[in-house]
Amino acid sequence: MKIGAIALNTFKEAIRDRILYLLLFFAVVCIVFSRILALLTVGDRVKIIKDVGLSSLSLFGALMAILMGVGLVYKEIDKRTIHSLLVKPIHRYQFLLGKYFGLVLTLLVMLLAMSLIYLAVIFLHTFKIEWTMFIAIFFIFLELCLITSVALLFSCFSTPILSSLFSLAFYLIGHFSWGLETLIKKVKPGAGKTLAQLLYHFVPDLENFNFKMEIVQNLPIPAKIYLFSTLYGIFYTAFILALALLVFRKRDFI
Amino acid sequence: MAVVLKVEDLHKSFKLGFIPKIKKILKGISLSVEEGEIFGYLGPNGAGKTTTIKCILGLVRPEKGNIEIFGLHPFSLQAKEKIGYLPENPYFYDYLTASEFLDFCSQLFLMGKKEREERVKELLQLVGLEKALDLQLRKFSRGMLQRVGLAQALLNSPSLVILDEPLGGLDPLGRKEVRDIIVRLKEEGKTVFLSSHILQDIEMVCDRVAIIVSGEIVSQGALHELVSEKIYFTEVILSGIEEKELKGLAESFSVKGGRILLRVLREENLEKILELIQSQKGKIHSLIPRTETLEDIFVEMVKQR
Repeated sequence: MKIGAIALNTFKEAIRDRILYLLLFFAVVCIVFSRILALLTVGDRVKIIKDVGLSSLSLFGALMAILMGVGLVYKEIDKRTIHSLLVKPIHRYQFLLGKYFGLVLTLLVMLLAMSLIYLAVIFLHTFKIEWTMFIAIFFIFLELCLITSVALLFSCFSTPILSSLFSLAFYLIGHFSWGLETLIKKVKPGAGKTLAQLLYHFVPDLENFNFKMEIVQNLPIPAKIYLFSTLYGIFYTAFILALALLVFRKRDFI
Repeated sequence: MAVVLKVEDLHKSFKLGFIPKIKKILKGISLSVEEGEIFGYLGPNGAGKTTTIKCILGLVRPEKGNIEIFGLHPFSLQAKEKIGYLPENPYFYDYLTASEFLDFCSQLFLMGKKEREERVKELLQLVGLEKALDLQLRKFSRGMLQRVGLAQALLNSPSLVILDEPLGGLDPLGRKEVRDIIVRLKEEGKTVFLSSHILQDIEMVCDRVAIIVSGEIVSQGALHELVSEKIYFTEVILSGIEEKELKGLAESFSVKGGRILLRVLREENLEKILELIQSQKGKIHSLIPRTETLEDIFVEMVKQR
């Protein structure tokens, strides 16, 4: 209940943030723009709408998670609101999880709002509700949960600007880590290959949550891949949250 | 009386600056607060008052030393349930209204909805904010925020109330009201630990005080033990007497608006002045013996360091 109260309060705070609506506006612009883009395309126009739309959801969702997540704990420390809160009968982990779930709830609401607009744009083109899109949206949500935990971790010990850079780097590295796989194949055995293999195991692979192409192209995906991606998301997020808790537990609030 | 708060040999230092330099803030603080008393914690800026309070509340981890609140560790939830805390320069979620904020805080004490509503209403009335309950905190003045802070500190009817500069930012009327609340808390059997710069206020309400200078407690005890009743001098304002007749009887002498202001050091001179007034039918407007104050002790101790 204590985590719930803090989460709800964080949600109330986040929902008032102007940056959220600015990003929502741009996301909607991009989704609507995908229809204009489709008009200029030769071939299957609806695929362009679906693809650009899903990419917009993913990109703007990630930006929301990063830009709001980096201030989650930092703002509380900076404005000293944390002082009157942590002396109440709550554990530090309850505070941190409350903040985390509050932002996750905000992102869920925003993602649903963007999804509704996205589905409406597709509906205008096909006169069909594409329910399968929700599979891709679900994995985008899992990715946002992970990015939020990363932003929260940095927020526990760094300033919002640095935390934004770190989190953005995590997002970009996470989406391009498949490049390492190619590198491992091409590099001759030796120190370079070992280093690339080591990095490959530590660097997050956010492409695990990317089912855009498969869903848009209606390609069959085995259930075990969905299961693997879901578990990957849950465990990776739990791991990052545990790290954040370790950092937060040791902190002094001067 | 039972000891509510016990602090023993508390040490804390912070790393400051780009190239970290260790600064010792607390150098072996020891104090104890007994049940039902108002304990004043005095010290100049940067002496370590707030750091001590933050160690007591578990916001800052001490490097060395022991803290017990009702015999419990400061991080334990049982201890936190018995504490109310008003931070120095309180900042709260400014997008919430006073009643929303207090309702949110009371949820952390797992209060039921009805209990919460009643408690919030009661406390807003106590701190005189019943008319501003639907106003966002961002529109509050500093004094009003201080009152909200006091209300949130009392939400759980705490046995130990820790107030960090509770009178800062308040107008004279607000200060009196807060002082009255502090005294009322004592009457209700609660223990109050308060830090303040305003010595006059501490002197008016505290039973015992501790003075901290540069991270060390330099004096601790009951107020009447620390402050002697020795008279330094007597200040007399009189009229109806010739100035020349008072010559040699007072150490300082000034005339304003037909009234004579005297500062008399020796008691026999004071008696002579009083006899003179009686014989010449003069008039005494005021006669104030100036005894040692907490401020004198405080200034002396800070100077010695």
